[in-house]
Amino acid sequence: MELKHEALAGTLESSDAQVTVRPAAELTLDIQSSVLNQYGRQIKAVAEATLARLGVTSGEVAIVDKGALDCTLKARIETAVYRSADLSAAGIAWGVLA
Amino acid sequence: MLNAVKREIPEAVLAGRPVYQGKYARDGQRLHKAAPTITQAIKPKATKLYASLKAACEACGAHDGMTFSFHTEYRNGDKVAALAAKVLIEDLGLKDITVAATSLGDAQANFAQYIENGQITGVQTSGVRGVIGEAISAGKLKTPAVIRSHGGRPRAIAAGEVHIDIAFLAAASSDEFGNASGINGKNNCGSLGFAIDDAHYADHVIVVTDTLADFPNEPAAINAVDVDAVCVIDQVGDASKIATKEARMTQDPRELMMAQDVAKVIAASPDFKDGFSFQTGVGGPSLAVNRFLEQAMTARQIKMSFALGGTSKAICDLQDKGLVKYILDTQDFDQGAIAHFASEPRHLECSLDQYANPGNKGAFVNNLDFVVLSALEVDVDFNVNVVTGSDGVLRGAPGGHPDTAAGAKCCIIVTPLTRGRMPTVCDSVVTVTTPGDAVDVLVTDYGIAVNPARPDIIAQLDAAGIKHVTIEALRDKAYALVGAPDPLQWEDRVVAVVEGRDGSVVDVVRQVKPFTF
Repeated sequence: MELKHEALAGTLESSDAQVTVRPAAELTLDIQSSVLNQYGRQIKAVAEATLARLGVTSGEVAIVDKGALDCTLKARIETAVYRSADLSAAGIAWGVLA
Repeated sequence: MLNAVKREIPEAVLAGRPVYQGKYARDGQRLHKAAPTITQAIKPKATKLYASLKAACEACGAHDGMTFSFHTEYRNGDKVAALAAKVLIEDLGLKDITVAATSLGDAQANFAQYIENGQITGVQTSGVRGVIGEAISAGKLKTPAVIRSHGGRPRAIAAGEVHIDIAFLAAASSDEFGNASGINGKNNCGSLGFAIDDAHYADHVIVVTDTLADFPNEPAAINAVDVDAVCVIDQVGDASKIATKEARMTQDPRELMMAQDVAKVIAASPDFKDGFSFQTGVGGPSLAVNRFLEQAMTARQIKMSFALGGTSKAICDLQDKGLVKYILDTQDFDQGAIAHFASEPRHLECSLDQYANPGNKGAFVNNLDFVVLSALEVDVDFNVNVVTGSDGVLRGAPGGHPDTAAGAKCCIIVTPLTRGRMPTVCDSVVTVTTPGDAVDVLVTDYGIAVNPARPDIIAQLDAAGIKHVTIEALRDKAYALVGAPDPLQWEDRVVAVVEGRDGSVVDVVRQVKPFTF
């Protein structure tokens, strides 16, 4: 999936995560988290797996995590990517969102 | 050396102290009490008033390498400790200062810079929060901080392990000879229980007040016989900041459910009878226990002999309803409790020595039936952490937690199973502050667990039809919800020593290593 413009999903409320994506030549992932020391690696693994599943191979992805569970993280990343690819109103490939 | 809570304590840290060997390991041992060296006042003086705190410090022999103490009864509104540090370090230019505090928080935020500058080189406290905790955890303090409970602090002072050169004691009112109190002033804090032992053991005592009273200012918590100097400043503390929010009864159904479960556990005990004793904190579910306990007491037609420790209006209301004979008050958590302390003759001041010191002939905690406490983390050995956050940074206060847990017949920890993503019940707590051998029951929103060392309580719950599970089951549930946490990364350097209430070493806190993926 190709990122077309900057898009954002999520909030900075406790137990949520705010995900910002924008087009770029390389794929970069920036993670800030209130639980970085104990869950940083797990957040990174979830983000990488989600982006791979959506076929995102380039772009800047920034996550500001406030202690979100994995399911929340995944949902916020998916939403930001679909918004960036202009697919959030229609054409969501529900099958890959398992 | 491995201690009884399975923590490896470096020999260098021990410095003559034993490792923790169990909650009653040092019972019956002899203790020689240290006495202060004081300046006699035989010839009558016209006054002990000094024009400035600087002048009072000079008169009290302030010097490089000294230790000063203060109390934190004004909590977040305290203005005296920050001022005293400023006078010693900036106005008098003193170096190598050790702080002996009952707690440290935002009201003493200027200490962080003094630590970073190397002017404050030692910290001994019963709690540490905010920028001071961050500075210590980042390895900025020259020597490891020593963290003691509210009972361990007076023990260490009485044993001479902490020698206080000057105690700066904030008082709501004082006469010009130092008969001082936490009430009858412009800014009242209520009980001065945290200050009383310092007045007895410090070489020099400076009372700082904003309300000068006629002599004699009685009843006094601090007596003129212990006081060298009195200073008047504009404001000793902002009493409105004693509780940042008014300690209000929670409406959160999850907290109310946990509080109700705590009350059920208490009511199932044979010790829940007329004349029982009780202590609780002011955290949401802890405070709400008062409400459910009132229902159970009324139903059984029984009364409490005494309520102990930090005091909120909720327990004062129970006394006003005739359900509590005495309140033995170490500190007041809200305005309602302060006003009640000033007016109710059976709401009494209680020093930390009387409250919780294991180094005396029997503190009030030894007569406690039930204590309800909160926790940042509890592990499967029932060890509790109340001092380091999930990132390993110092940000909490043991307070009376280890003392009441060890003293009470039944210690109940109440906490939600997870806070955001952080599991509260875990394999191994970051830092042990209250050893598991003093913890009896854990109440969470996902179930109750009883320490297997207490088969009597297990039988009581079974008889009352109260469901309970193993603590491992609660940990598994927590990890299923949020995932198992990675272990924290540490530098070798020890930044703080958690001293047991009996003077043994329970755990150490190391410098936090910045996270890398």
